[in-house]
Amino acid sequence: MRRLVDTLLVIAVLVAAWQVLHWVAGDALTSPAGTARRAWALMNGDTFWGHVRETGTAFGYSLGLAVIGGLAVGLTLGLNRTASSVAEPILVSVYSLPKVTLYPIILLVFGLGLSAKVAFGTIHGIVPVIIFSMNAVRKLPPIYLRAARSMRLSRLDMIRRVVVPAALPEIVSGLRIGFSLTLLGVLIGEMFASQRGLGFLIMNAIGQFDVDTMVAVILILAVVAVCANAALLALNRRLHQGAT
Amino acid sequence: MKSPHMRVVPADVHAQLAGVTRVYPAADGGPGVHALGPVDLSLRRGEFYAVIGPSGCGKSTLLDVLSGLSPPTTGEVVFEGKPVGRTVPDGIGIVFQEDASFPWLTVRDNIAFGLRQGGVDGAEIDRRTDYALAFMGLRDFARAYPPQLSGGMRQRVCIARTLVMQPRLILLDEPFGALDAQTRLIMGDELLRLWRETKATVMLITHALDEAAMLSDRIGVMSARPGLILAEIETGWSRDRDSTIASDPAFGAITSRLWSLLRAESIKAVGGSARS
Repeated sequence: MRRLVDTLLVIAVLVAAWQVLHWVAGDALTSPAGTARRAWALMNGDTFWGHVRETGTAFGYSLGLAVIGGLAVGLTLGLNRTASSVAEPILVSVYSLPKVTLYPIILLVFGLGLSAKVAFGTIHGIVPVIIFSMNAVRKLPPIYLRAARSMRLSRLDMIRRVVVPAALPEIVSGLRIGFSLTLLGVLIGEMFASQRGLGFLIMNAIGQFDVDTMVAVILILAVVAVCANAALLALNRRLHQGAT
Repeated sequence: MKSPHMRVVPADVHAQLAGVTRVYPAADGGPGVHALGPVDLSLRRGEFYAVIGPSGCGKSTLLDVLSGLSPPTTGEVVFEGKPVGRTVPDGIGIVFQEDASFPWLTVRDNIAFGLRQGGVDGAEIDRRTDYALAFMGLRDFARAYPPQLSGGMRQRVCIARTLVMQPRLILLDEPFGALDAQTRLIMGDELLRLWRETKATVMLITHALDEAAMLSDRIGVMSARPGLILAEIETGWSRDRDSTIASDPAFGAITSRLWSLLRAESIKAVGGSARS
């Protein structure tokens, strides 16, 4: 109950700040009420859900690849001390690299369309998933593995029943960051080289100086991202609670 | 190893180390650390054997090698007539010094953990888990998670987890090292009860003189590194003993005998001089 009140309070403050900004900035930022109206109109229009489906598809593929690939690589590296020591500085460098600089190369390789967006989303999301799951496994207390060996677990069972559950809280932290970065990657991909999707919708609105539509799409994306993040955060908190 | 006839293992020998050494290789390719041996040791079927020695003498290495957790550098390990390889053989259960309970599982799931890898059907898993919960006094905590329990309770969970596997040889590596003195006495009694009930062979690694003197049939006294068995002492306790034997005059005699053997070694281990 208290949490709910707090949350509503934060939302109220944000909306108020937005309104003030609108008064200051004028046309560059639509008012909250205007944005909500436009968002409602968009959601009842005929083209909007096509764009959502486009972005959703690209995001779904990217996230799947980032999570499955990231976990496979991260867990494997984490179980091998030498490999993870070599890989860590490389991964951290890749992580801090502004990946938008790689976009021309990706376009050349994958061409315009879904595959380029998926590739761009994946390279954004996969790195944090790798880094977090790798470090989660490296930080495991060695006694867990000794205990598992003393109970004659096979290597696969050891990973499935000990390594993954023990590392899960950390892995979920990685997934949370991977989730936002994948969405970021997909949207950037759509902004620069696409004729469909929510990223395209934003860029197109900017091109036509349709501030209402631009802010409305941003609002919808923000709501979705914040809700997803909150859900993962709640999961994360529950897992960390069990493990301390 | 003087005569090859020594290799014939008598029927009541449950596990045996012959000429076992363990050298940890140095990272820079140097001579490495000679941690253990050569050790010759026979555990009789059903006995309670304690290994006592100064800190850092290779006691834990001895347990690792005997259980198959790490291979010996030289020598041979035999359990129930078969050589021990690089895996822990079926029939050996280990309780570690550190808290090895899994915090993401309930006490009940922790205890059933080792049973849930096929071969044991669900009803049997439940039956054995219930028994272990009751035996270790954990019934009220079956649904708790280990982080909610005290150190002593968590170690009970680990013992129960080993117990359900019905090991014929139980190895304990300073299992009560992290517990306070009273809890240690109580856990010692429980260990004796478990040993009587299961009829398993028990090897307890400890650095506590009283623990070794009170619990064991035989005590192997180890030297400072590289660990060798200096002497083996028979205590002569009856099978239904418990911690009240601490007031028995024989207990004092055993303890002082142990200390006279260990004193010089302990001083060596802490780097002091043995004079005075």
